[in-house]
Amino acid sequence: MRSSARLRRALPLAVLSPSLLVIAVGVYGFIAFTIVVSFTRAKMFPNWDWVGLRQYPRLFGNSRWETAVDNMLVFGSLYILASSVLGLAMAILLDQKIRAEGVLRTIYLYPLALSFIVTGVVWQWILNPGLGIQKMVRSWGFETFELRWITDPDLAIYCIVLAGVWQVAGFSMAMFLSGLRGMNEEVVSAARIDGAPMWRIYQRVIIPALRPVFLTAFVVQAHLAIKSYDLVVALTQGGPGLATQLPSTFMYSTTFTRNDMGLGAASAVMMLLAVAAIMVPYLYSELRAERPAS
Amino acid sequence: MSAGAPFPESVPRRVLDADAVDTLVRRRARSHRIGRWVIHALLLILAAFFLMPLVVMVMTSLKSMPEIRTGTLLSLPQAPNLDAWRSAWSEACISISCEGLSGNFVNSFIIVIPSVVLSVGFGALNGYVLTKWRFPGANFVFGLLLFGCFIPFQIVLIPMASTLGFLGLSGSYAGLVLVHFVYGISFTTLFFRNFYVSVPDDLMKSAKIDGAGFWAIFVRILLPLSWPIVIVSVIWQFTNVWNDFLFGVSFAAGDAQPVTVALNNLVNTSTGVKLYNVDMAGAVIAALPTILVYVVAGRYFMRGLMSGAVKG
Repeated sequence: MRSSARLRRALPLAVLSPSLLVIAVGVYGFIAFTIVVSFTRAKMFPNWDWVGLRQYPRLFGNSRWETAVDNMLVFGSLYILASSVLGLAMAILLDQKIRAEGVLRTIYLYPLALSFIVTGVVWQWILNPGLGIQKMVRSWGFETFELRWITDPDLAIYCIVLAGVWQVAGFSMAMFLSGLRGMNEEVVSAARIDGAPMWRIYQRVIIPALRPVFLTAFVVQAHLAIKSYDLVVALTQGGPGLATQLPSTFMYSTTFTRNDMGLGAASAVMMLLAVAAIMVPYLYSELRAERPAS
Repeated sequence: MSAGAPFPESVPRRVLDADAVDTLVRRRARSHRIGRWVIHALLLILAAFFLMPLVVMVMTSLKSMPEIRTGTLLSLPQAPNLDAWRSAWSEACISISCEGLSGNFVNSFIIVIPSVVLSVGFGALNGYVLTKWRFPGANFVFGLLLFGCFIPFQIVLIPMASTLGFLGLSGSYAGLVLVHFVYGISFTTLFFRNFYVSVPDDLMKSAKIDGAGFWAIFVRILLPLSWPIVIVSVIWQFTNVWNDFLFGVSFAAGDAQPVTVALNNLVNTSTGVKLYNVDMAGAVIAALPTILVYVVAGRYFMRGLMSGAVKG
């Protein structure tokens, strides 16, 4: 009798345990494993040839890694900035009682359903200097028009930004739109009665009130930027030269094609730290804020 | 939300005569009309920006190579035909085999279906336990699970490769299904947990008094309510697993490669003359399933997206 009661009490935890086990191993255990590998001289396979922290100075002194981090800073900041600004603008425009809102929203959001590989392949074609936009604009009579970003080492990173923003701007739009829809109407109509023009109401009242949405959009986009891999592979393969290498492509090629696994693991740890620095405080505050309610 | 800051400058109130009021109203109406026109124009330009790549992709896939060389991105196909589609589907050469993307397309389904079923099933159970059978530290456990949504997967590639080798699953479908299951349950747990939080506990209490147990409550009370979140989770997982590239390229051997990996190989590593029409047809083929899902169930797709970002 008593043992069946105990069984009944243990059942929910038993149901949860396969997932907990899988996450404990697959997320936390594997993170620990990679950290340990980053302390070794592993080449093609993991080994336990301990070198302490020596892979990290090697990483920071590696010019390919330095390029990848610089590219990430350029790509990440432009990607976050452009998709937030574009997303906010789209949300405000759509929030003006537009009759075709549903159709437009569908159009702005469909890129999110695509694989980054598809996006990369299509934009590679569009940005192809010989056959893409450049050729089209020249055929309109602008004979000297140039759009060779994808073959120019200084500009290729902006191709990644462009395609990335094309893919995710709809997501920020959706976040801002739901923020706008959830806003306290009274504040806005009070300002309107005061006779203030609409743009000023946006500037002084509505946009400042969207601060929490800006934070969420930043967090979502920042972690997407750090994880970006497929898009670069499909659009530029990291080139021309090293012009569009990111930490993710550095990690992959260092580990699996250059067989320098210890160094690759160290770069993966740096990526994790970057994401954790953004996500952990955010998740912590979200879950804390929720506690009194539940 | 910060309470609206008080308006520093309000418009000074003047006494206006009737004529002045009239012109003011008319001027306002005109500027309003111009404003509406500008808003609509901007919305249409944005729509063109987002649609252009899709249009270009489809039109290019319907052209022949000579026509691609003479025409431009947006010139309409003169003699639309499906030759490039046929080639991309069953003839195009990817590395050494010349069988097109059809096999990889099927592979993607073989990988996606069990991954989705497993991760959604366990996600539902986890959400149920975490909200209706709460235990001390349930929120902490949820937080630990949640972190799985955000890790950069580079951090697990090395140990996962070793583990799949150890389990004898390297390069197999089963290996990829396992990987997608592991990194999918964080999301599905999040979805179901946030959904079940809003289901009133009273429903459960009365069932408990009637003697219903853990499984009976789940099957009879919660599952019938759950279909919206089931759809959200299925769509989310389907899209994510279908669109995955990193795990596919890391862990799938030649014959088991999903369509995203094969598409990338087709476009970026094939030698010889580039057949852009075949590349674009391949891209459309790889994109079709998720686009279809989005068109049919966009509302649920959106909800998944938003609950990943905004709690609710």
